[in-house]
Amino acid sequence: MTSKSPLGTILGLGSHSGTHHWWMHRVTSIALALLGPWFVITLLRLPDYHYATVHAALARPMNAVLTALFMITVAHHSSAGISVIIEDYVPSKSKKFAALIVTQFVHWLLAAYAVLSVLKVALGSAA
Amino acid sequence: MADFTLPANSRYNEVPGREFRAVAGASRVKTFKIYRFDPDSGEKPRVDRYEVDLDRCGPMVLDALIKIKSELDPTLTFRRSCREGICGSCAMNIDGKNTLACTKSIADVKGNVNIFPLPHMPVVKDLVPDLTNFYAQYAAVKPWLQTRTPAPPDRERLQSKEDQEKIDRPSACILCACCSTSCPSYWWNPERYLGPAALLAAYRWIIDSRDEATGERLDFLDDAYRLYRCHTIMNCVEACPKDLAPGKAIAEIKKLLVSRTL
Repeated sequence: MTSKSPLGTILGLGSHSGTHHWWMHRVTSIALALLGPWFVITLLRLPDYHYATVHAALARPMNAVLTALFMITVAHHSSAGISVIIEDYVPSKSKKFAALIVTQFVHWLLAAYAVLSVLKVALGSAA
Repeated sequence: MADFTLPANSRYNEVPGREFRAVAGASRVKTFKIYRFDPDSGEKPRVDRYEVDLDRCGPMVLDALIKIKSELDPTLTFRRSCREGICGSCAMNIDGKNTLACTKSIADVKGNVNIFPLPHMPVVKDLVPDLTNFYAQYAAVKPWLQTRTPAPPDRERLQSKEDQEKIDRPSACILCACCSTSCPSYWWNPERYLGPAALLAAYRWIIDSRDEATGERLDFLDDAYRLYRCHTIMNCVEACPKDLAPGKAIAEIKKLLVSRTL
């Protein structure tokens, strides 16, 4: 039981950030609405998925850049969205901190790995 | 934070409820199932059944509650005052939806009328929730005019008709708490998220042409929890008995916050 007044409690709870997070979530949504279909269509239009074919497609700079951007945007959007879900639905503070840190690590690890893979295929030798 | 089951002492179906039958010869009987909790008894909550003869009762749910209290069970506790939808006292969950008992017609409820206190709030007794936190959140948004320019010495601060119309509907909020207590995001973060009612009040002062604290008000709301816990679930819009669409006001605040950074 705290002796802090109800108003004191409410005024004491503030993070003073939020608009940037919210705005970036919208911006990445728009980016994904464009990049997602582009990525799927590009994949479907490949005649096959052998290394040589994918290498030829990713060797074109625009394809490599957009694919890498797609990976980064997915990571950003998903990381932000899953963080909000954890903040809302994980009651214990310690578990919440742990879950948020793991979420960030996993997302950026996967994003870095994905970008490196794109670069490796795009810049690698044709064979 | 999310609770998907009721706390052990809040489960209301473990203690059998009492039954109050309609008097013999009743012509049109409707059953009201009402949540009962008395902290002084030490018992868990229960749901009592009351049979009311609608031919001897007013048309609204509040009429039935008053009839039950006067004729069947004087221990039933609920808040009420104006009985015309302007005081906001008799807000409760009727037939699964937060609304005012005084403006909810009994005829609109199919089958039994289930009445519970506003969801996810501490219960003082029966249908009376503890709104302390809700009122503190309202106070936190400083719901009063803030200016630095002194008022003209000879008259009040003037406002154009268009500017007045902007605050017309947000000003009509009666603070019944139907919206905030219908919002799952408010259930999970009842202190850190201000909730739709307080945010509607904040919006009312943000768009008031006479107010000079718009920047400070927006600073206060630029917060991952106070404002941005609104995930546009829109239960608030559905619940508001005055049709004030608090969800739209929240969206407008978000737009104002973004547009001042771009």
